Amino acid sequence: MALTPPSERIWWKEPIAKIELTWILIAFCWGLIMFFMMIYWHGAGEQNLSNETYRIKPEVFAERAQAMIDEYTVREEEGFPVVRPPPGSDVYLIARLWMWWPILELEKDQSYRLHLSSLDWQHGFSLQPVNINVQVHPGYDLVMTIKPDVAGEYGVVCNEYCGLGHHNMVGKIYVVE
Amino acid sequence: MATATEFRTCPNTGLKVDLAAERLIKANAVVAIVFLAIGGLFGILVAFTRWPAVHLLPADWFYLALTAHGLDVLLVWIIFFEIAVLYFASAVLLNSRLAAPKFAWAGFVLMVVGALITNVAVLQGDSSVMFTSYVPMRAAPNFYLGLILFAVGALIGCFVFFGTLVVAKAEKTYEGSIPLVTFGAMTAAIIAVFTIVSGAIILIPTWLWSYGLIPDIDPVIYKLIWWGMGHSSQQINVSAHVAIWYAIAALVFGAKPLSEKVSRMAFLMYILFLQIASAHHMLVEPGLSSEWKIFNTSYAMYLAVLGSMVHGMTVPGSIEAAQRKNGYDRGLFEWLRKAPWGNPAFSGMFLSLLMFGFLGGISGVVMGVEQINLIMHNTLYVPGHFHATVVAGTTLAFMAITYVLVPLIFRRELILKGWARLQPYVFGIGVAGNSLFMMGAGTLGVSRRHWDISFADASLPFDYPAAAFLMMGLNGISAILAMLGGLMFVIVVVGSVFFGRKLGADEKVSLGEVAGSGRAVASYGSSDTIKIPGTAVLVAIFFIAFVLYYFVNWKYLSEIWPMS
Repeated sequence: MALTPPSERIWWKEPIAKIELTWILIAFCWGLIMFFMMIYWHGAGEQNLSNETYRIKPEVFAERAQAMIDEYTVREEEGFPVVRPPPGSDVYLIARLWMWWPILELEKDQSYRLHLSSLDWQHGFSLQPVNINVQVHPGYDLVMTIKPDVAGEYGVVCNEYCGLGHHNMVGKIYVVE
Repeated sequence: MATATEFRTCPNTGLKVDLAAERLIKANAVVAIVFLAIGGLFGILVAFTRWPAVHLLPADWFYLALTAHGLDVLLVWIIFFEIAVLYFASAVLLNSRLAAPKFAWAGFVLMVVGALITNVAVLQGDSSVMFTSYVPMRAAPNFYLGLILFAVGALIGCFVFFGTLVVAKAEKTYEGSIPLVTFGAMTAAIIAVFTIVSGAIILIPTWLWSYGLIPDIDPVIYKLIWWGMGHSSQQINVSAHVAIWYAIAALVFGAKPLSEKVSRMAFLMYILFLQIASAHHMLVEPGLSSEWKIFNTSYAMYLAVLGSMVHGMTVPGSIEAAQRKNGYDRGLFEWLRKAPWGNPAFSGMFLSLLMFGFLGGISGVVMGVEQINLIMHNTLYVPGHFHATVVAGTTLAFMAITYVLVPLIFRRELILKGWARLQPYVFGIGVAGNSLFMMGAGTLGVSRRHWDISFADASLPFDYPAAAFLMMGLNGISAILAMLGGLMFVIVVVGSVFFGRKLGADEKVSLGEVAGSGRAVASYGSSDTIKIPGTAVLVAIFFIAFVLYYFVNWKYLSEIWPMS
């Protein structure tokens, strides 16, 4: 029994049943497949999180975002500037208590270098309804190249708890033709 | 010292039971169940608030209740119960005295005091930082202090366990190697030491930081080390509840492991590889490379997953072999159909096994794929996954073994046997619903730890799909079932402990309801006599489900915006 010492004292010399051995081999191979699948996707897949990150002071990140906002704001909505930066450019999205600032307007099928950072606590960038979720830290500037491929209006929900106003922290990204 | 130890003899097994160990097992198990009840109550408040049609608590109370829920059930209930399991698996199973019972009591007191301090800090309202307390969000200093005291207490418990192994070996209280269940408990204790050290490394500086003595703590490093504790502690749970699966299979069926070597190797895989699972929480963080993420999230090429998949066959396999030996040999599944489904120890254990594998295991591996995590991180999919592992898996297994511990250790007959018979099903179905509907909502994008998914007061409007609201409603209904199941458990167990008929000193306890259980099966099990076709079919179904679900999620991933 499993509750008593093994009945064969030299238990490590007992042979392993064929069915157990078969399952161990299958499970091991499946593990290898899953492992190499992640590596394969870095080459063949189109959805990989960037490894490009810089340390940054919150005020510096805010300045850079403000420079972009000053240059490319096209209109205002509910007090938020709507910014339409040129394709291929560096785009900044500020996470702070409790808003995503500013609203971005991007062109479909164009690439942008999206910078994400927080000015205070941790936040969660949750782009809906595509359901892309990335953690946002203060002091870290995560740069990811994104290429929106469906036009429409997207919500940015905060999905890392960030205090009492957490559930009111919603931003917006437009993708236009 | 040894002469001063008092023993009684267990009428079932003939083992000597150290009375000091028995008292400690009782104390730890009782406190565990008290915190299960408290934490469960907070859980139901959380589920009712997230049910959009009910939306029970105001926002500040919701975040407070959610913090307390995680703390009391994920940490306090489980660790107290695990300490009880450690003492049982060492002193009782090894026929030995418990090493240093005074230290064990000191550890117990520290854990109680720590749990109370942190709970009070949370209830005071200025520590609603969630169980994870990610910096730079700051809790009251006592929040961290309580956790540190609790961890020190648990560490003492682990060392009492190791000490008991040494004592038993030195005093030759058993022959040959330690039992498999004790080996599993040892796995849990070794991982616990790693876990607690990680916790100390991060929580002590964070405590000082909360007083302003340390200027700041890097949020990514915090998370990395915190999850060295947070995720590893889930691996303690896995080791402990797998050990309990084996224990119940042995108690109810007299089942013998198919192969001691294979089962022990599978536990060893846990020790060697589980700790690096901190990475599961870091897959979409800035500042860590993909190479690091891939190696660590896969437990070095899925070797710890391999361990669990092995147990997934050997546990039901050992039951099948025992049942066939007991005469239930017809067809593929007579052994399972004729299993004692009315015995809560068995039904709880088997439901735990099924749900841990099919719901918790598969979802965990899929969510832990570096890229697939992008479509799941911090959505409700995450709590959906871990309610399957920690509640349906660990908690249900702990409940199942409790039905055995009440007569064996508390020496009381169960009251309300009809309730006990139903309880694992009510709780299990409820939790399975919680898990599935939260995963469903998460797939639709719904955020975890979120008070209002209708965004009524948000600065900009946003709507989740209507199906998400349906999922949250179904989750609420499942939570009612789970609550009833939890309540039944607490009433049956607490009622039995205080009011159940006292068993006589020589009275044997009937554990299995299967004819011939507990006898004889210990002599078969060599490789050429094993016939477990039914288990092979179950494992094949599991494997097909796993592969299909895995690739379906890659398909989902391929549909989101291209990004690099």
